[in-house]
Amino acid sequence: MSGKGNIVYPYIPNSVPEVRQAMLDELGFESEEDIYKEIPDRLRFHGEMKMPAPILSEARLQRHVEKIFAKNENVKDNICFLGGGIWNHYVPAVCDTIGGRDEILTSYVGEAFSDHGKFQILFESESMLGDLTGFEACNTPTYDWANAIAIVSRMASRTTGRKEILVSENISPDRKIINENYCKPDISIVEVKYDFENRCLDLDDLRSKVSDKTAMVYFENPSYLGFIETQGAEIVEIAHAKGATVAVGVDPTSLGVLEAPGDFGADYAVGELQPLGIHMSCGGGLGGFIATKDEEKFVAEYPSLLFGVLPTVKEGEYGFGQVAFERTSYGSREKGKDFIGTCAALHGMIAAVYLALMGPAGMKDLGSTILQRMAYAKAEIAKVPGVKVYDGYNFKEFVVNFDDCGKSVAEINRLLLKKKIFGGIDLTKSFPELGSSALYCVTEMLTKEDIDDLVVALNEIC
Amino acid sequence: MSKPYVRTNFHEARWDEPMIYELSTPGTRGILVPEVEDEIVEAVGDVAAALPDSVKRSAPLLLPEVDQKHVLAHYIHLTQEAMGSNLSNDLSEGTCTMKYNPRLSEAMALNPNFAEVHPEQPDSTIQGTLELFYKFEQIMKEVSGMDRFSFQPGGGNHAVYCGASVMRAYHASRKDDKRDTIITTIFSHPCDAAAPNTAGYKVVTLYPDEKGIPDYEALKKAVDEIGDHLAGIFMTNPEDIGIYNPNIDKFVEKVHSVGGLVYYDQANANAFLGVVRAREAGVDMCHFNVHKTFGTPHGGEGPANGALGVREFLTKFLPLPTIEFDGDKYYRDYDRPESFGKLREYIGTAGVIMRAYSWAMMHGAEGLRMCANISVLNNNYLEKKLLSIKGLGEAFLGNGITRQEQCRYSWEELKKDTGIGTDDINKRINDYGIPWYWASHHPWVIPEPMTLEPCETYSKCDLEEYFMTLKVVADEAYENPEVVLSAPHKSASHDLANPEDLDDPAKWAITWRAFLKKHGDKYLKVK
Repeated sequence: MSGKGNIVYPYIPNSVPEVRQAMLDELGFESEEDIYKEIPDRLRFHGEMKMPAPILSEARLQRHVEKIFAKNENVKDNICFLGGGIWNHYVPAVCDTIGGRDEILTSYVGEAFSDHGKFQILFESESMLGDLTGFEACNTPTYDWANAIAIVSRMASRTTGRKEILVSENISPDRKIINENYCKPDISIVEVKYDFENRCLDLDDLRSKVSDKTAMVYFENPSYLGFIETQGAEIVEIAHAKGATVAVGVDPTSLGVLEAPGDFGADYAVGELQPLGIHMSCGGGLGGFIATKDEEKFVAEYPSLLFGVLPTVKEGEYGFGQVAFERTSYGSREKGKDFIGTCAALHGMIAAVYLALMGPAGMKDLGSTILQRMAYAKAEIAKVPGVKVYDGYNFKEFVVNFDDCGKSVAEINRLLLKKKIFGGIDLTKSFPELGSSALYCVTEMLTKEDIDDLVVALNEIC
Repeated sequence: MSKPYVRTNFHEARWDEPMIYELSTPGTRGILVPEVEDEIVEAVGDVAAALPDSVKRSAPLLLPEVDQKHVLAHYIHLTQEAMGSNLSNDLSEGTCTMKYNPRLSEAMALNPNFAEVHPEQPDSTIQGTLELFYKFEQIMKEVSGMDRFSFQPGGGNHAVYCGASVMRAYHASRKDDKRDTIITTIFSHPCDAAAPNTAGYKVVTLYPDEKGIPDYEALKKAVDEIGDHLAGIFMTNPEDIGIYNPNIDKFVEKVHSVGGLVYYDQANANAFLGVVRAREAGVDMCHFNVHKTFGTPHGGEGPANGALGVREFLTKFLPLPTIEFDGDKYYRDYDRPESFGKLREYIGTAGVIMRAYSWAMMHGAEGLRMCANISVLNNNYLEKKLLSIKGLGEAFLGNGITRQEQCRYSWEELKKDTGIGTDDINKRINDYGIPWYWASHHPWVIPEPMTLEPCETYSKCDLEEYFMTLKVVADEAYENPEVVLSAPHKSASHDLANPEDLDDPAKWAITWRAFLKKHGDKYLKVK
């Protein structure tokens, strides 16, 4: 490093003064200003960007940045009962190894001949997500689960020529408003009631609302509140009878034990990739997926890239390419389907590694262990005086009610935090009809001891 | 000074790798799930078995069964059959700014205080992440001159869509519901047309004037025709062909004159950090592809971040939540009644923001300016070399305008002379260790296009290697065309036998199961 004003930047090789000068000389330029002369003076920025003094060495920069996020609390040093759309699952070290490989980490679009391996990993990711959801077509990742719902809402509208989407009223509040925005201005959203007594969609309300205007019915299984929908096949039957399609939002960690949407007749499955080997990173670890039947009417409406496999000119070799590329806005600008750009491909590739590691037995074990730990947590929490657990068939998440405890959820969570426990998501504002309730989440990461610690703490607090 | 050379003896890894499914051995495991404690099993029994039959998985799960060593080997082999910017001369990907991505950022991203954090934790427990967002916003405000930023969009296209949502909310707030049309330019990114279209706007596309500059006379005509139906304009500057639009402020004035808003696509900001800003151009909104300009990895198309900047009067329409600082604590502000809603779950791609903040802090204002200076210098240096190659031209060559950070070249002359076009050249350079290059967004207005963007990452030696390689290939096209037409010879895979099958529903295969169903087992590597 040289002195101020003459710094050689390690990431800018031509910042070496002699090299830079040699290049300017060859071009006959005095300086780069000769290039910027094309920009009228009135448009030039004549001030100075007010930025903190640079931290030029990696050693000092690392110290600076890690000092900032040392102000965070993490789920390793605390016990975490938070879920809701991103979850604390084990990230196999192999996922970090592959996800951190420069070849795919620092790549971009590529072509089949330069990035054959990247294409194959994405194809395998699509294939395994298809297996999980019971479908034979699947896209590369969307931004997140909410974005996947939004995209299938528009796909369904184009496929059916209809302009109304029915959505179960108990989906995640965030996913709900994201979908509403994406459907504007031409597609309307109608909410279908949730029968809290039965913990399932209200079929009578669905029957009264589904019509020949309905493009798609969307519900989540398990629901945002953690209840398993037991009427999937009936919902499909009711929707199909009116010519509507059905999309099911799934938590992929449930599909080793729960029925795949494709196998009870749904037309679309959507969900979140994060639990498949991706760190939460305060919400930065998201990626969504969409799976459908392999029929032209569905495939033709995907806006996303779809990687397909075919034989090459050399016998015994697989090659890859992009299926029906003209669908996309890359191919046809505003005449393409919605819009496509950089999404979350790396997370799709990591999900492939995760699913390959887990295999069918791993996914089944994961589902089973989550169910058992969750059932234990539900039973133990229900024993705390003043605390009620809404019973029913749940997966991973469940609602805990504190009405009789005399303290608000916020206050209970503050007190739990003092004991290094992140309590459940406060539902007071998003689901006021549930009173003072919180959404608790139990993954394979929590031990019996963790759950017992929570119960001891709740006994003290409530 | 290091000397350039053409990698005549290059060969990409070729592992002849089967599908992961073909590596399957029933009963094999790649990883075990933590065992459930006996006390829990005793207390609750087999909960999965007790579920009603109607909700239990009925079909077998057909995932592959592979041990860990072979999962690792399979995916390492596949990564070796790809070529990221950290390991190759990847100045090829014009419009995408392929730059070096510091390994330090990757090491920091795995720190549990960053990676193992749940977004529903209370603000008091995520002060570090919120501080990173807040501090990076201050940097972005300086870089652009905009008043506020949202880091929620998951990429540049998503930011454009976010901008279209803000635009819709703004016009709606003024009860101005006639505005149903936007304008864009043909050399703007396709998403500048597609994302506003998804948001409900009709699209009018402008073509350039004879010099390659967005045609101001055409803009005036379009604005006058559309009048108070104009919602706004979405345009990139410099556009894909590398020419800066010197009339941008006049465009802004004209669009504003009928009540429209101006959205400035600054996805590739590398050319002008510290040189020009959105504020001085007078625009209302702009976005930066943080993953391009600020040294964070593209991830093979994400995760990314499209930072959307707006002027003060549009701040209230930004998506929920914004990140605020009260002088003591950082917090997420959801109390924003005029927000258009939400675009993405949680607050945005924290990993990209952390990497970008780190990269910006390592350079400072002076370093950002150096980055811009070297980018435009590299581009002009490469351009001068390349234009000496027989058969190669450039979009709007001879218009007297110096290019900024990238150029769109044209192999039109080579195609006329030899029948060899840009797709053929593209495959052949792979044989010399250069992954591929970006031809152009569609439609191909410039015949046989090639778009290159040698940002500050590339050394003088890299630029010369690139030139020498293209020259070798162009010479081959004249002297030994067959070797070009049959390329690539040394890549991981050959061309598809029947690429048109990708458009045939009876033959395309987007999953392995579909492939087996449509093509049987005749192509299996492992039988």
